[in-house]
Amino acid sequence: MSAFNLPSLRQLWDTPAPASYANHLGRKLVYLLLTVQGLGAFALITLGVLLTKFHVARGVLRGQVRQEIARAGLRLLPMFLFLAAALGFLVIGQTVSWLTRVGAINYLGTVMVVVVVRELGPLLTALVVLARVGTANVVELGTARATGEVEALEALGIDPVHYLVVPRVLGMALGIFSLTVYLILGAVVSGYLWAFLQDVPLTPGDYCRQLAGALSWLDFALLALKTLCFGVIIAVVTCYHGLAQPLRLAEVSAATVRAVAQGLVACVFLDALFIVIYLTVAA
Amino acid sequence: MNPSSESGRPPVLELRGVSAGTSRDPEAVLAADVNWTVAAGDFWAVAGLQGAGKSDFLMLAAGLLPPRTGEHRLFGEPLAGLGESRLPQRLRVGMVFDGGQLLNHLTVYDNVALPARYHRQLPPAEIEQAVQTMLEATGLLPWASNRPGTVPRAWRKRAGLARALMLRPELLLLDCPLSGLDGRHVRWWLHWLAALARGHALLEGHPLTLVVTGEDPWVWRGHARQFALLDDRQFLVLGDWAQVEQSAHPTVRALLAGPRAG
Repeated sequence: MSAFNLPSLRQLWDTPAPASYANHLGRKLVYLLLTVQGLGAFALITLGVLLTKFHVARGVLRGQVRQEIARAGLRLLPMFLFLAAALGFLVIGQTVSWLTRVGAINYLGTVMVVVVVRELGPLLTALVVLARVGTANVVELGTARATGEVEALEALGIDPVHYLVVPRVLGMALGIFSLTVYLILGAVVSGYLWAFLQDVPLTPGDYCRQLAGALSWLDFALLALKTLCFGVIIAVVTCYHGLAQPLRLAEVSAATVRAVAQGLVACVFLDALFIVIYLTVAA
Repeated sequence: MNPSSESGRPPVLELRGVSAGTSRDPEAVLAADVNWTVAAGDFWAVAGLQGAGKSDFLMLAAGLLPPRTGEHRLFGEPLAGLGESRLPQRLRVGMVFDGGQLLNHLTVYDNVALPARYHRQLPPAEIEQAVQTMLEATGLLPWASNRPGTVPRAWRKRAGLARALMLRPELLLLDCPLSGLDGRHVRWWLHWLAALARGHALLEGHPLTLVVTGEDPWVWRGHARQFALLDDRQFLVLGDWAQVEQSAHPTVRALLAGPRAG
């Protein structure tokens, strides 16, 4: 693990805050840059291990990845079905009244695509997985680091990044992609149900035609890419905070808080980046 | 001079002018200018007071911590060269941690099976058979399906030993294997380590080179053949038990003046 230990980051974190406000801001900036550097290095190490050890211990890794997909995907399905119903209700409940007033009910499908497919679906999925699985990642890996499990893996000639991080990255990327698809499908269906209950004169056929008309190949491509990137980012940020620095048990909770905050900021930035990409390509 | 360097047996572990750091602070010096050779077939006991840094020293010896300065060789190869391409060489060293350090998300069975499943390209049935044999030999079968959190410490330590032996190492480093154990478990460990040093049937009779650490050198009398001391940033090779008894070093005297001394 010495390859990505960052003593300077730890020293910076541990030193008392300077009295001057400018110095304080400067220290925060340096901390941010060091964190970005550490995360970048950790992501590159993970990518390197993923590529160079793709064929190593495939039986063990397959089981680990399957377990992570179940954790970051399958086991969250009931919660996501509930969220899908709620999201459909929220979006349709708000938009139906406004679209009816301006006589634009034909845009219901378009609103669903713009709001749910392009924006809320992927981002909401990422944030819920960050809260439910990302936090668990930091706690598990931080505890493993603090109790010497990571050293035990190294003593057995097992690369901790290969055994602990790679399955989480793959599992979380695939889990978030699948959950987003289920969330969007659920929200689209529940949206129509809510519209139907509000006596909106819209047949299922028209609704589907509206949806199909608003969707383009770019939506499918960017949705897949964005959700996979969300998964990779959340896994990298949470694993980095759990693994990359030596932790004591008492430090695990603070590392978890840091990881969630940074994961959230990274997801929002990535989402903004994808908006720019979409607008650039679609223009 | 190190007694084993004159034995004519090939060295398995060599430290030349090594300065050792610690796992939490690589800048700190745990021991300076360490010169030590462990030859094949040796049975070393490294004694030291609590907090002397025995665990970190053992991790350095296993190659898990890089030396700050000096040369570290395993089986004649410089440690710096033991990258991924020389993994088979690296796997010739086994390490047993004080608390077993089992992976908490796996059962005892899966913990013991992990190194073989990860490194050995063998049919699953063959691996399962080897794990079963190892668990049976170490008395761990009743705990096989338990997670480490529900297993008493003494049995977790045994599971750590079983896991390390699964890869059939030639050099086994054990961090305080007897700490916190009752008499029954202490006898089991001493008997097992003596058998491993002679050549256990589980390892097809190949004698294992052993390095153990501990706070009480008395308990290793008659078992370990070479003794060393880690104290006050110094690593001192003491020699055999007779030389330990003759040592005038104050820490050695303090360790020997323990409850068994009388």
